[in-house]
Amino acid sequence: MKIKFFKSVGNIIPILSSLSICDEQCFVVSYKKLLIALRCLKLHINYQYNLLSCISGVDLLHSRYRFGVIYDLLSITYNSRIRVKVFINETTSVDSTVDIFYNANWWEREIWDLYGIYFNKHPDLRRILTDYGFEGYPMRKDFPLSGYVELRYSQNKKRIIVEPLELTQDFRYFNFETPW
Amino acid sequence: MILKKKELNRELKNFTINFGPQHPAAHGVLRLILELDGEVIERADPHIGLLHRGTEKLIEYKTYLQALPYFDRLDYVSMMAQEHTYSLAVEKIGNIQIPRRAQILRVLFAEITRILNHLLAVGCHAMDVGAMTPFMWAFEEREKLMEFYERVSGARMHAAYIRPGGVSADIPLGFLDDVHLFAAQFNYRLDEMEEMLTDNRIWKERLVDIGVVPYKKALEWGLSGVMLRGSGVSWDLRKTQPYEIYSELDFSIPIGNSGDCYDRYLIRIEEMRQSLKIIQESISLIEEGPVKTTNYKVSPPSRTLMKNSMEAVIHHFKFYTEGLVLPFGETYTATEAPKGEFGVYLVSNNTERPYRCKIKAPGFGHLQILNDMAKGHMIADVVTIIGTQDIVFGEIDR
Repeated sequence: MKIKFFKSVGNIIPILSSLSICDEQCFVVSYKKLLIALRCLKLHINYQYNLLSCISGVDLLHSRYRFGVIYDLLSITYNSRIRVKVFINETTSVDSTVDIFYNANWWEREIWDLYGIYFNKHPDLRRILTDYGFEGYPMRKDFPLSGYVELRYSQNKKRIIVEPLELTQDFRYFNFETPW
Repeated sequence: MILKKKELNRELKNFTINFGPQHPAAHGVLRLILELDGEVIERADPHIGLLHRGTEKLIEYKTYLQALPYFDRLDYVSMMAQEHTYSLAVEKIGNIQIPRRAQILRVLFAEITRILNHLLAVGCHAMDVGAMTPFMWAFEEREKLMEFYERVSGARMHAAYIRPGGVSADIPLGFLDDVHLFAAQFNYRLDEMEEMLTDNRIWKERLVDIGVVPYKKALEWGLSGVMLRGSGVSWDLRKTQPYEIYSELDFSIPIGNSGDCYDRYLIRIEEMRQSLKIIQESISLIEEGPVKTTNYKVSPPSRTLMKNSMEAVIHHFKFYTEGLVLPFGETYTATEAPKGEFGVYLVSNNTERPYRCKIKAPGFGHLQILNDMAKGHMIADVVTIIGTQDIVFGEIDR
């Protein structure tokens, strides 16, 4: 019955593909139809996914569409979870879902701050986790782990200054080519 | 020349103060910009990120076992709850079964962690509001519980004890007797704390009708855990989407009816009592057996086995250098952490390192709606609301 429940999701929202992985259902939706899909899932009587758990961003560096934005929804009346994925490339922007899910606000701000994915019509899109003058999008795969700049307190200028990074030891990254 | 009243152009701006990052009642590093009209709050804008350590980025560069201690340090008052969620996520992708003794130990420690967290939440909340004594009593109880953490893992707080594949080591002899002794006296300690606060007129005046979350708004605002149950939504992941052995245990979940801070305080006290019940039940349910899965690609073999068997040596070597390798997959696993629904979205790409590990912290969702909860209240109430939301910056900023 659960499988029929999920197969019928394709009847109400325009999905591109669906996947069942680790006993969880994911649906891939085009970014243009995202708002319609989420609104339908929230308001339709048989689905009622009215709690947004989490919005995550993924950087798939070597794919045709570089970024994925993943919405995890929860339905309290039917006790089920569902995942809606949207794949975009670096120059597209996604519509903001703040009108549908009120708590999408800070999740989208975080994805903007860390990945650089712009959300249209977001009420207040500014940085949330990085430092106030930080440049760059840290969670992207091409941003190095140690960053580009380091901060220190300068006795001469009596304030914190930003300087290019100097590491005393190379970053050790072990690559295991495992034949098993 | 006297200016007539209607010729004066008055421009009113709200008085903005900075409830700064260094503040004893800010529960960590919270920079709250408050726009006030007198003493009443018009808008509260939290600035977070002052404790951002780049946990998610660091996890992408570590193996699954090396990434485990990061989860301890996320919500640093309830440590094993996050390790538990992470281990469940890894086991789900890898399709790893863990032995029953490990499951019972995990539930035991999850409930000890819940008591740890609620003691700090109620104690610190009381201290912020003004009552100093329950804080001291609560921390004495926490010391007793941290002694259990230390006996079983070696570390008082950040015990990397719950690992994918089971639990890292078996409990020492006499441990369960001491847990039983603790549980036998804890009810009386809770009664003492309740006697101090629950019927206290000042406490009630500070907490009743403050930070009210109506039923409909609770779902719309995406809350979870005690915040949701305080408003009347009967949702607890231990009952609705049970994991480990929670489906066999007999406990009840307290639900509030008015959604204010006082209800949430009462729910936390009652949850501590129910956790105590679960602890007693799991002590009686515990049985002999291994504490780690015997699949040595996932958990390391014991030292005796390693010194006697060649395959075990190879497994030991591969496990501690390369680590466990998970197949392609992704999962969003959530458990009922003491603060709410703690979720881990893990994407794996058939290597020994996670490709993406997104951490969904309950505090992040709760702090978002601080603005809506604090509107119309006064500055002292902001402190109460932050305390009742059980905010810990380790998990919000990651």
